[in-house]
Amino acid sequence: MIDWALIAESWPLYLNGLKISLILMAISVSASFLLSVPLAIARVSRNPWLSKPVFLYTYVIRGTPLLVQLYMIYFGLAQFEWLRESMAWPLFRNAWFCAWLAFALNSTAYTTEILAGALRQTPSGELEAARSLGMSTATIYTRILLPSAIRRALPQYGNELVMVMHATSIASAVTIVELTRTARDVYYNHLAPFEAFGLVAVFYFVITFALVGLVKLLEGRFLRHLRPMSIPSKAA
Amino acid sequence: MFLHGYFPAILEGLRSTLLISATSLSIACLFGLIGAGAKLSGSRMAGLAADVYTTLIRGLPELVLLLLIFYGGQIMVNALADRAGLGYFDINPFLAGTLTLGFIFGAYLTETFRGAILAIPRGQMEAGKAYGMTQGQILRRIILPQMVRHAIPGFTNNWLVMIKATALLSIIGLDDMVHRANLASATTRAPFTFYATIAGLYLAVTTISILLLGWLERRFSLGVRKVEF
Repeated sequence: MIDWALIAESWPLYLNGLKISLILMAISVSASFLLSVPLAIARVSRNPWLSKPVFLYTYVIRGTPLLVQLYMIYFGLAQFEWLRESMAWPLFRNAWFCAWLAFALNSTAYTTEILAGALRQTPSGELEAARSLGMSTATIYTRILLPSAIRRALPQYGNELVMVMHATSIASAVTIVELTRTARDVYYNHLAPFEAFGLVAVFYFVITFALVGLVKLLEGRFLRHLRPMSIPSKAA
Repeated sequence: MFLHGYFPAILEGLRSTLLISATSLSIACLFGLIGAGAKLSGSRMAGLAADVYTTLIRGLPELVLLLLIFYGGQIMVNALADRAGLGYFDINPFLAGTLTLGFIFGAYLTETFRGAILAIPRGQMEAGKAYGMTQGQILRRIILPQMVRHAIPGFTNNWLVMIKATALLSIIGLDDMVHRANLASATTRAPFTFYATIAGLYLAVTTISILLLGWLERRFSLGVRKVEF
């Protein structure tokens, strides 16, 4: 029933696709994390000139499909002659750059909201204690607010990592031969959907649960202080 | 001319996107209710099957599931038809697409519905039983109306994610809004205009959904006092 020879034969292609998917995810996630820390601080700011534009950004990004955002950047920008004649054009013509930009901008919106939510949950006593010790705002953020907010955000951030991993499959729509594109190529060449997509499903499944496990480990390490002292019995 | 005369075609695509979303949502609700029922049924087998269902779906990208079910289903249906001595079937992309999306989001709704049912105090169901209500009456009069209130926030979230996920159906050839924008871009060479337009339309749909479901949540919570500190 299952064509094992085909699987064995296309295995190296899948490993290569896996590498591409993981690289795409890594560069998107690192960029979005770096961007979302300052944006989250702006988002919780009391100054509407800071918080409102960030809200608008996250709202628009979160309200539109990633596929359309990617098409806007990769296919859409070619419409503008000034861009085509500018120095930046080689970048925007490159599928990798466009995919990276789209995924990073998209994930930034979600990560910003996650971090902003965690920042808002800061116990007010922590902030008051820091202020009463005479810390400057910058010190308060780097020593008190951000470390604890990033820890609290960890479970949700783990979900976001899985979402980005799954989102990288959309790069298959713009010629990048990552895992999903590999599976689609194998399918078109052999018309064997169960082998082609079943195998890629196994890959995604393993990565997803490896990510989930990794985040669980990190939670055990960094959220130890938030664990309940004794677990109340579940029996009602 | 507005959008090079393609505005009606795009609007037609919007209609198709909304139809796909609504159909997928109904299917997802069905799968979600069955899944939640299975998880809460206390039956080992049903619970296990539902766990496998939700875990599997959440571990895979939507696009991969879509391709697997669309192309795999095509071959499977034809193998079955062949065995039954019937001719070749071309799977309708609308049917395959909405079924797949419904199946995927049914897994997410399973968790939403399960949580919503668990949020109803047990005593109420026992009280219903004590009044001599049948299981069906308890479901209709006690569980469902209160479940809606608890399920709305999670439901809203899933609905928003699902509307956006319908864009992926253009990849398997469904004639939705993205597909219309692809066609219009190809002929007018103004791709940004069209993708930005449909992005705006998606944003309008999500915004209206958030407002409507927010209003619905307030309606269903009328009898509930909020905690005031």
